[in-house]
Amino acid sequence: MSGLTDLTLKAALDGLASKAFSSEEITRAHVEAVEAARALNAFVLETPDKAIDMAKAADARRARGEAGPLDGAPIGIKDLFCTEGVRTTACSDILGSFVPPYESTVTANLWRDGAVMLGKLNLDQFAMGSSNETSCFGPVVNPWRKAGGNADLTPGGSSGGSAAAVAARLCLGATATDTGGSIRQPAAFTGTVGIKPTYGRCSRWGIVAFASSLDQAGPIARTVEDAAILLTSMAGHDPKDSTSLPVDTPDFASFVGKSVKGLRIGVPKEYRVDGMPAEIDALWEQGIAWLKDAGCEIVEVSLPHTKYALPAYYIVAPAEASSNLARYDGMRYGLRVDGANLTETYEKTRAAGFGEEVKRRILIGAYVLSAGYYDAYYLKALKVRRRIAEDFDAAFGKVDALLTPTAPSAAFALGDKSDDPVAMYLNDIFTVTVNLAGLPGMSLPAGTDKSGLPLGLQLIGRALDEGTLFSLGGALEKAANFQGRAERWW
Amino acid sequence: MAIDVATVRKVARLARIAEPEERLASLADELNGIIAWIEQLNEVDTDGVEPMTSAEAVALPMREDVVTDGGSAEKVLANAPKRAGGFFVVPKVVE
Repeated sequence: MSGLTDLTLKAALDGLASKAFSSEEITRAHVEAVEAARALNAFVLETPDKAIDMAKAADARRARGEAGPLDGAPIGIKDLFCTEGVRTTACSDILGSFVPPYESTVTANLWRDGAVMLGKLNLDQFAMGSSNETSCFGPVVNPWRKAGGNADLTPGGSSGGSAAAVAARLCLGATATDTGGSIRQPAAFTGTVGIKPTYGRCSRWGIVAFASSLDQAGPIARTVEDAAILLTSMAGHDPKDSTSLPVDTPDFASFVGKSVKGLRIGVPKEYRVDGMPAEIDALWEQGIAWLKDAGCEIVEVSLPHTKYALPAYYIVAPAEASSNLARYDGMRYGLRVDGANLTETYEKTRAAGFGEEVKRRILIGAYVLSAGYYDAYYLKALKVRRRIAEDFDAAFGKVDALLTPTAPSAAFALGDKSDDPVAMYLNDIFTVTVNLAGLPGMSLPAGTDKSGLPLGLQLIGRALDEGTLFSLGGALEKAANFQGRAERWW
Repeated sequence: MAIDVATVRKVARLARIAEPEERLASLADELNGIIAWIEQLNEVDTDGVEPMTSAEAVALPMREDVVTDGGSAEKVLANAPKRAGGFFVVPKVVE
């Protein structure tokens, strides 16, 4: 049944609609693929029985003529989305056996539209990481390997399980989240498409919080059109998230294939950073040429505060995390380690339950928010954040979208950067600006490096203008004609 | 503004994370590495800049002050590490 796992989401939905195969058939094919791919460690919880039940229900709906837009399509869910009755851990010991009594809005939207859940996907603990190595379940292994090599590479992070599962054809698409690049960098590292929509497009309700002013859900998929189909289902106003925008969700797939002639594309000169591999620079030039060929006008723009985005992020995100993660006190849910008194119980519980990177970020956050440092660090970072957003405002006065590389390198080996937090943070240098400004950003595969590893290009759009990104992404995808896939070794 | 061992001890206490004494020095080094890198923000002129607390320009919505959910004690207690009847069991809070 491997043919069924090779289909794009769109082709699968067409096949289901024409009754070429049933949801039960395509779901079983994916369940088998998941079971055969445990070496990747992409899934932290497989839910095959639930998947088959959901598939049968989807087939029954289709037989009654009541099929939804995603009916019968098996997908994976990042284990940061609460799923009712299905263990949700954020890949942290502190939530070890947490079983949510409610469903996140984004996943509820997907089930409303008929999608089938294959299981929960691995991630960096609390989505804090860029290599999936901080997960309490161990790292995900990238299905891609260097040509002729057999070293295990990172799929990126934090949505490493989502990206690896989509690249390895274990699911037709996956949910992911992006606080500083956690959808786009893994997509780039695995030859998949990922979009972080405008802040507020997708409800954050029921997603385990990391940094609330930056967190945003989005899909990882194998094509631009598939990502558009998934985002259309995931997005939508939700009164349960006060930052969810009260706007209509367009049919994003209708933008794929639209002409991009006459669009003005900005190329930010500050994204040419020292030490960037020549191949990434060359791919960027190639992307510019492709968009020119498609009729776009290329404009050099300046985003002068780009280099300050990461340091500002590493104040804002840990500060919000230290506040958000205060809820893990061992009293109402999750792990509890008893101490001699209440304070000691808190301290022992949190020491045992949080991983090292999570603790480091909580401590940084508590430090920059503490008396005497709040103005020097936290307030300063919020002001720099405004400067970064103003840079984008000025650029979007002149252009319709921006084109940049997604990440400063291809996938690196597991263990390569895990001893140096700052080196790891630098992975997000091209993606994090978008989170600070709340803008939509898409990564799509555009070529490979000399080792045959995929490289991504990033498109950045105006707030709520994902449609233009889908049109541009469609044009780039067509021009790049990226056909590479990970050779199966698992 | 280098972070010393006493500062790490204080911050860990504020964050309610038990860090063993022997870990404090290495944590101070790690945090200093990160903070030193963050200090480049001081190069940015932010005089007169309004702090940006939200990625959205819109004001937070208001809703009617009415009960919208509730009556689900079993669900609320379902994941409790310790419970007795309809209550969470917690360590003694008031001496």
